[in-house]
Amino acid sequence: MARPMTDESNHQQPAGPAPTKIVISAADVSRVLDRIAHQILEKTSGAADVVLMGIATRGVPIARRLAERIHAFEGVQVPVGILDITLYRDDLRSSSVRAVGRTEEPVGGIDGRKVILVDDVLFSGRTIRAALDALSDLGRPAAVQLAVLVDRGHRQLPIRADYVGKNIPTALSEQVKVKLVEIDGNDEVVLATGSKGGTR
Amino acid sequence: MKHLLSTADLDAATATEILDIATEMASVSGREIKKLPTLRGRTVVNLFYEDSTRTRISFEAAAKRLSADVINFSAKGSSVEKGESLKDTAWTLQAMGADAVVIRHPASGAPHRLANWVTGSVLNAGDGTHEHPTQALLDAYTMRSRMGRLDGLHVAIVGDVLHSRVARSNVLLLNTLGAKVTLVGPPTLVPTDLNASVQVAYDLDAVLPQADVVMMLRVQRERMTDSYFPSAREYSRRYGLDGARLRRMPAHAIVMHPGPMNRGMEITPEVADSPRSTIVEQVTNGVSVRMACLYLLLGGAR
Repeated sequence: MARPMTDESNHQQPAGPAPTKIVISAADVSRVLDRIAHQILEKTSGAADVVLMGIATRGVPIARRLAERIHAFEGVQVPVGILDITLYRDDLRSSSVRAVGRTEEPVGGIDGRKVILVDDVLFSGRTIRAALDALSDLGRPAAVQLAVLVDRGHRQLPIRADYVGKNIPTALSEQVKVKLVEIDGNDEVVLATGSKGGTR
Repeated sequence: MKHLLSTADLDAATATEILDIATEMASVSGREIKKLPTLRGRTVVNLFYEDSTRTRISFEAAAKRLSADVINFSAKGSSVEKGESLKDTAWTLQAMGADAVVIRHPASGAPHRLANWVTGSVLNAGDGTHEHPTQALLDAYTMRSRMGRLDGLHVAIVGDVLHSRVARSNVLLLNTLGAKVTLVGPPTLVPTDLNASVQVAYDLDAVLPQADVVMMLRVQRERMTDSYFPSAREYSRRYGLDGARLRRMPAHAIVMHPGPMNRGMEITPEVADSPRSTIVEQVTNGVSVRMACLYLLLGGAR
């Protein structure tokens, strides 16, 4: 589900103080994904037995792009799956009922494979905790790694990423918004200040 | 959504959301580990004042797959036989901390009454001759997955429509979702005070060639002693679905039955066991649909 935009009126006010800051441009998103794809190839010895699981919503297009790059770089086809973690969240009781998205196992399943979870932003770590639970209900991977476009800190659980696009120090009150062509029409990562209780 | 008492309470968006979530739940049911942690710590009470195998087991499986705790309460051998009223039973369940009560009751309207007495959610699992909303939802789910759509679908509901809570819930839901319904049965068993969007027919053979879905209703044996129809044989000859009638249906059309069936009465074994019958699928889908309903009622903040 789309997160509400709290600052959309500000795009029409170039003269005023900018409440959002572009922290990764479109070109840099592409470079960062190139690098992560190379790192995955390096760290997994050519992506043998690797599957990518994109965490809905924005982890999915990122996982697909990484798979395309891995294929382009070394000709390896890496299966991509979709993980919707809604039913595994630990905060279901704190809001009204959430919409449930699709979960798709990658071709060939995950048993005995190296699963790389892919998400847009790593924040509290609770999404990844839920994803690990969801994964263990799908099968038994040989290993699980984590790739994120942005690590914004403020972890609440002992979780870290194996592949990080960019570390962005943030205040808790700030929001990191990842935009992707597939969903939002353009690529960029912006830091929005001021809005209270940001979820990411 | 707080309670699920009647399909009349569901708008098209909510009903479609239930069917969509049920699709996801169905994929869980196809896995080796058929379990989600979603309703951990929630308590679901199955309160059954009427005998029912499949509905109770289906609700139990649904709640357990979502990790809820399930308490089964059947009226037989319980405090109800000692004369406890529904209201006192409700308070007992309340005191035990039930987050949801699934109730099957012979009196129409009992779930509505119960909803006023407990703070948790109430799910109607069949009340008298009134409604059976989860059956209608699982039927809609089955039709959608077999036919690919509900909008514009022509559904014939055949049999004792007058006393059927399955028929009532289906008519309401199918109307909301854009399907066209024809009720077929002996004049004594089809109500006349229906809303205008429903057709009524007394000749099954005339309806069959136009139907996409033929839903057979169970003939309740207790009705046969009343004067609703002359004999089982005559009923079966005029309204029973046999192989010859199956072949009059369009090639894509499916046969449904909410169960339990009277084989040889409203449906012959040849039809019931044919690949065009969805009877076993309906049972499987029932668990997924009930999981979706429990999630929508209990999955968020109370």
